Amino acid sequence: MTVSARHGIRIFSLGYLTLILVAPVGLIFWRSFEHGWHPFWAAIANHDAVHALKLTLEITVIVVPLNTAFGILCALAIVRHRIPGMGLVNAIVDLPMALSPVVVGLSLYLLYARDGWFGSWLLGHGIQILFALPAMLLATAFVSLPFVVREVVPVLREIGIEQEEAAATLGSSAFTTFRRITLPAIRWAIAYGVVLTTARSLGEFGAVSIVSGGIAGRTQTLTQYVQASYENFSITGAYAASVELAVLAIATLLAMTMLRPRRGGHDGNRSA
Amino acid sequence: MAIEARNVTKRFGNFVAVDDVSIFVESGSLTALLGPSGSGKSTLLRVIAGLEVPDAGDVYISGKEATALAPQKRGVGFVFQHYAPFTHMTVWDNIAFGLSIRRRPKSEIRARVAELLELVQLTGLGGRYPAQLSGGQRQRMALARALAPEPEVLLLDEPFGALDARVRKELREWLLRLHDEMHVTTIFVTHDQEEALELADSIVVMNKGRVEQIAPPRQLYDEPANAFVMSFVGPVNRIGDTWVRPHDVELRLEPNGSTHEAQVERIVRLGFETRVDLVRDDGERMHAQLTRDECDELELARGDIVYVRTRRAKSFA
Repeated sequence: MTVSARHGIRIFSLGYLTLILVAPVGLIFWRSFEHGWHPFWAAIANHDAVHALKLTLEITVIVVPLNTAFGILCALAIVRHRIPGMGLVNAIVDLPMALSPVVVGLSLYLLYARDGWFGSWLLGHGIQILFALPAMLLATAFVSLPFVVREVVPVLREIGIEQEEAAATLGSSAFTTFRRITLPAIRWAIAYGVVLTTARSLGEFGAVSIVSGGIAGRTQTLTQYVQASYENFSITGAYAASVELAVLAIATLLAMTMLRPRRGGHDGNRSA
Repeated sequence: MAIEARNVTKRFGNFVAVDDVSIFVESGSLTALLGPSGSGKSTLLRVIAGLEVPDAGDVYISGKEATALAPQKRGVGFVFQHYAPFTHMTVWDNIAFGLSIRRRPKSEIRARVAELLELVQLTGLGGRYPAQLSGGQRQRMALARALAPEPEVLLLDEPFGALDARVRKELREWLLRLHDEMHVTTIFVTHDQEEALELADSIVVMNKGRVEQIAPPRQLYDEPANAFVMSFVGPVNRIGDTWVRPHDVELRLEPNGSTHEAQVERIVRLGFETRVDLVRDDGERMHAQLTRDECDELELARGDIVYVRTRRAKSFA
């Protein structure tokens, strides 16, 4: 490749990145701090904004461990066990990637509404799902479901079963083999999946906005707070909350980049 | 500990990998499962280890039924074809694994691992990761790991298959010495007849999932049960319905009534031995194996006419 061609590719990719990514995100930061720190602090210290941040973090902290545990079990079931129907599960796990979150929200709404399949029974027993934390957890869990599975499945396939078989012949129980052989081999894949799940949970908007009701100070997540502020012409509030989301996303990305090089270490070198 | 497989059958889908196989392996012996790839030898070994559950038949380890017993409970050491090292553990931790999961005291583990490292000539490499070892070293590490919990039975799946010729030869001699010292009942799988003849007390020849013959090396070579064994174990000439080993082909310069005329097509000198490719007057091709001295005495050259007599020719109905 000639030098000019290489320069051309570099300029194009950097330009594209600037246009699509850096400019909009940079603009948000600039707008938030245009008049100094004061308005920004005032905006994020607002009661509803603090509540929205807390709610978003709460949802993430509950959903990520659940989806991680499910993701690991599901990946093991898909790769290691010949359970009938796992092929179907393998296909269904990807559904949240393809399905619009709005559709997810709507289907949850139909299930749990007063006249829905589950809703009538649950409400009859005094259990409120819609317009409350449970529905928001369900929606977030649904959209962030595939990430751990998708990261762990290929690594499990790659490491093969020989190490696990070797452990078994050495007298290791299934649980010990998982803890001492399988888990260390897939730990970076899990970490990577956790990072992606976290990022997805923090940023979820579409599905949650349908099932949460978006009541300020009660069922409003940070993304919904951005939208509500924007619609109420509280532009500074929208910008400040956006900056919070962006900072959370950047922190998550940083965690991911710090993990990435370690995926290559001696674990990665499996030449026999 | 004696091992017995009785009428073992294992299928994968429609493929019958092991077809009604019965073998008996004496306590303390070194037995080879020999056969071409796809003959079912590795599958049989995995059935004995408990890594595969047979569709029919039983496995007995030291007289006790073990067919449904999990591999963890069989007291069997297994060395995998590609060694299956625990890639995220050091050599030391790999070898210590079988002991540490049994919660043996630390001092005992330390002593045992150090002893095994010395036994497999890896002293000083305990802190390395498997990826930092050569193929031969990795193989010896796998062996030490399998031996650590003091198994009653050692099973090796193509133990030298992935190594180059010289390392292979070294390891063979080493394994033989090890077996003499430890007297662990050992079964190894190989497709290399020379390896089987050199190492084993008893050889099980397998083909297409069935046992063709079980015999000590010498008997297997001298009295093969059928054409497959004859042709798989050692080099062979086939002339019509008869089979003859190349070293049982005698070359003469004069006919003597019981000989066939043949033309020398090619002479290949392989150090001590010489291979002479021949075409008989009836069009049959064969080759003879001579020592260098025999060949020199005959002063053979390409295109010469010689007279061929075969000894110990066999035919199988």
